[in-house]
Amino acid sequence: MYGFEALTFNVDGGYLEAIVRGHRAGLLTASDYNNLCQCENLDDIKMHLSATEYGPYLQNEPSPLHTTTIVEKCTLKLVDEYKHMLCQATEPLSTFLEYITYGHMIDNVVLIVTGTLHERDVHELLEKCHPLGMFDSIATLAVAQNMRELYRLVLVDTPLAPYFSECITSEDLDDMNIEIMRNTLYKAYLEDFYRFCQKLGGATAEIMSDLLSFEADRRAVNITINSIGTELTRDDRRKLYSNFGLLYPYGHEELAVCEDIDQVRGVMEKYPPYQSIFAKMSYGESQMLDKAFYEEEVKRLCLAFEQQFHYAVFFAYMRLREQEIRNLMWISECVAQNQKSRVHDSVVFIF
Amino acid sequence: MSSTGAYPGTWAHALVKVSPYTFSAIGIAIAIGVSVLGAAWGIYITGSSLIGAAIKAPRITSKNLISVIFCEAVAIYGVIVAIILQTKLESVPQSQIYEPESLRAGYAIFASGIIVGFANLVCGVCVGIIGSSCALSDAQNSTLFVKILVIEIFGSALGLFGVIVGIIMSAQATWPAKA
Repeated sequence: MYGFEALTFNVDGGYLEAIVRGHRAGLLTASDYNNLCQCENLDDIKMHLSATEYGPYLQNEPSPLHTTTIVEKCTLKLVDEYKHMLCQATEPLSTFLEYITYGHMIDNVVLIVTGTLHERDVHELLEKCHPLGMFDSIATLAVAQNMRELYRLVLVDTPLAPYFSECITSEDLDDMNIEIMRNTLYKAYLEDFYRFCQKLGGATAEIMSDLLSFEADRRAVNITINSIGTELTRDDRRKLYSNFGLLYPYGHEELAVCEDIDQVRGVMEKYPPYQSIFAKMSYGESQMLDKAFYEEEVKRLCLAFEQQFHYAVFFAYMRLREQEIRNLMWISECVAQNQKSRVHDSVVFIF
Repeated sequence: MSSTGAYPGTWAHALVKVSPYTFSAIGIAIAIGVSVLGAAWGIYITGSSLIGAAIKAPRITSKNLISVIFCEAVAIYGVIVAIILQTKLESVPQSQIYEPESLRAGYAIFASGIIVGFANLVCGVCVGIIGSSCALSDAQNSTLFVKILVIEIFGSALGLFGVIVGIIMSAQATWPAKA
């Protein structure tokens, strides 16, 4: 019952909620980002980061640092924290935490399948996979030739199995199909996650439905913009949109027929929460859309921490950490390539 | 019609035939039992958050034990009132057990027990939830602790109200003098 979580939440979730809030206090602040943006090279970045919570992870790295090393070590920290929380969690929190990683699993599957298609080595691809989305039989993905084999050989044993029912075809895998497969899987995953949160009820359902709706709407807009001018038919496009969210169902109808970005803007401006995002961009400009969406997402994720006794803080923390790692990657790349003027193009401050 | 005015064979008659000793004993049990339930509930709510938050911010442990102490106070109120109530429980001669005066004393002790028990139950839960939020906020920003403590003090006053009314109620528990 919404409103009475405070009475029983702490039995199973009190300790972990307090831990995740402690982790949140360790996220980099605006002053940390300002220091990092003024670094001259990657060793300076390493020095600044050793004063933060990333210290123990970076201090043993040898001196010619690469940006990929920095990102890898920061991701390792996130994975350690996640695993610590997962092993302490009981049901239903443990299922909730596992749901958070299915998105990464989907990305890893698509990465390996695409890489195999382009004749890359399996081990090289495995190193590029996100550690949160690893599962046991992931290397066997390189063997599959079409989607039916993909499912039968590997994916039927993973948590992604139920999401595959909509995309099993016997067609061979090519770039277009793989993108469609990725989006179909992600759609099924979001809908499943949404249903799971609704079943949990209470504050978790309320806050997660807001966060997941934003995610679904953002993906709908990105799918629309990316498929303008490709061979994807309107019906196919409509099939990739999730069946929940602010844009469902009328916004999806309108987005499905959009042929350029100004039409997309026209559709989105009818929805007040997205009007403010699109108002920040002048006509014809779409590069800033990603950053605007990230900023809105960060704002909503921070709001999830305002309430106590629900699970959405875990989801919000994982996403905020991922945003921070994206920020660090961008800053490191800008510093390494000596383009510090472009640093503020893509860094989203969290606090 | 019996001396209490209830006709034999009605529910009212059955009610007045329940011994006042039963009501008193149940009242005393509720006073201590439900108070301790409230205190325990509050302590686990605040304790689990406190332990988790203290991992990243060890400085909060000693100050935030105050929340646990406030919850514990609720259990102590229950014990005190239960002891007071049991001293009010006297024996009356067989002939006078179902007299109106006897019943009145029995009901007074029962009511006092319920008042104290349930007031302490909600007070314990209240202080526990606030204590949990206090620990988490203190871990992020140490200036918040004293302000949230004021809220806890107001919450803990609720248990005190229950104790005061319960004691006043039990002062009325005068059993009939021996005939």
